[in-house]
Amino acid sequence: MTLRRMIPMWIAVIGGFVMLLSAFVRPIEGIGENFADAFNVIAAIAVALGAGSLLKVNLSKISRREAGWGFAGVILITFAITLIVGLLKIGVHPSHDFPAALFSGKQETADSPFGWLYEYAMVPLTSTMFALLAFYVASAAFRAFRAKNVEAVLLLVTAFIVLLGRTFAGVVLTGWLPDWASGLRFENLSVYVMQVFNTAGNRAIIIGIALGVAATSLRILLGVDRSWMGGGDSA
Amino acid sequence: MNLLKVLDAIDRRWVFLWMGLAVAVPILWIGLTGRTFPETPTPAARAVYEAIDSLPTGSLVLFAFDYDPASSGELQPMSTSLLRQCAAKGHRIVCIALWPLGGNLAQETITNVIREDYPNMREGVDFVNLGYQAGNEGVMKVALTDFIKAFPVDSRGQAASKIEMLRGVKRVSDFPLLINVSAGYPGNKEWIQYVITSSEGKMKMVAGCTGVQAPQMYPYYPAQLAGLLGAIKGAAEYESLVNQSIGGIAPPKYLEAQRRMAPQLFGHLLMVLLIIVGNIIFFANKRGDLR
Repeated sequence: MTLRRMIPMWIAVIGGFVMLLSAFVRPIEGIGENFADAFNVIAAIAVALGAGSLLKVNLSKISRREAGWGFAGVILITFAITLIVGLLKIGVHPSHDFPAALFSGKQETADSPFGWLYEYAMVPLTSTMFALLAFYVASAAFRAFRAKNVEAVLLLVTAFIVLLGRTFAGVVLTGWLPDWASGLRFENLSVYVMQVFNTAGNRAIIIGIALGVAATSLRILLGVDRSWMGGGDSA
Repeated sequence: MNLLKVLDAIDRRWVFLWMGLAVAVPILWIGLTGRTFPETPTPAARAVYEAIDSLPTGSLVLFAFDYDPASSGELQPMSTSLLRQCAAKGHRIVCIALWPLGGNLAQETITNVIREDYPNMREGVDFVNLGYQAGNEGVMKVALTDFIKAFPVDSRGQAASKIEMLRGVKRVSDFPLLINVSAGYPGNKEWIQYVITSSEGKMKMVAGCTGVQAPQMYPYYPAQLAGLLGAIKGAAEYESLVNQSIGGIAPPKYLEAQRRMAPQLFGHLLMVLLIIVGNIIFFANKRGDLR
């Protein structure tokens, strides 16, 4: 194994074991904390890598005049504006603690240009994107939600119970049921579906995933699985 | 049969239009009349209310805003009510965020609730916004051993170590209650896995999440999660509880979740109708009736 692969592997092995043991052995808690700090530093560096990747992908799209290259231009311009306004803290007042220091204020305040970009560009744009889902879900339900077999029928019935039980429609449709049959009211059936059937299924999935994660983590910690370093060398 | 044939070949833009109307008309109707549907709180929503209410007045509450404006339509009403109940109860609130835009949403919520309706609460003494911190679970791990190190400054740029209400806070488990409103990763699940399970029962957690996440969060209730607000429905139930307990006529900002139940009702009814019609078409096609 080359040093290029050996060093990262040993960092992962040592870091992983220290993080694992620090949860149980008090004396090495501080060392675990140092590794967590290092993780945070690497996470911050990853932001720069992400920005670099964004530039690379969109600049190449523009230079090759690919379909939708104009949108790539919009991305780059808005990225640059937000970055400059945020990094240079344009229009931000210095902090109360350090009034003489030019860049001591926080740029997230509502009255700063960065705050303005957030409030009047970011918020409506992201909210609109999310709201569009309702239209596509409605269209997809109309075209694809078919009672083709027993499983699909069960899914349809569950969907009806949850869709109606999560609104006032459930109360209107089944609110007349007497108390002894209150379990059949849509709002109660919806809670029952979520807390019994859903919980049982999801717990099974969670336990399965946890076992898989534990097994994979152990393979990485023991240096058996090295696929995370890339290059196709899994063992 | 002719109608079914027309519906079978219908352009999806008609479906978009119906959905637009199903959502827009109730919004207009509520805007004009101010009326909302009554809500009956489920045990999970009631448990959230009781977890906050049962804490002694002046308790430290950690409030993590782990979402962004994309899901604020669904989550912001519950954040507003949660912060309102904490403020009304006289708890000291520490806001944090592990999502880049969560810090701004925390600030907005503080402005709308605390600054407008609880002006006697002092920043740094009764509430503070420590803003966003990058690092996801890494931040949680650091907060487990040194909370101030994980969140070193507040939103004003003041050192957290100098903030009065944070004196005596060493670890995240020094907070008796964690409120987490989340739209994904990192969020409810990570807080449970990294913080709540490590706090050895010292810390309770209540959570709010989007409708998509709710099925994944129910397995944690009521053991790891003391209470759970699932999407706008859970928010509406909880909001009605908070409004009842505080009393008086609630201003529109404290009725947002209940106001959103009407568009949700008609949106859901349209979905049910579309699924039924879609299946009638499917079976008619299968029998060859539409040929």
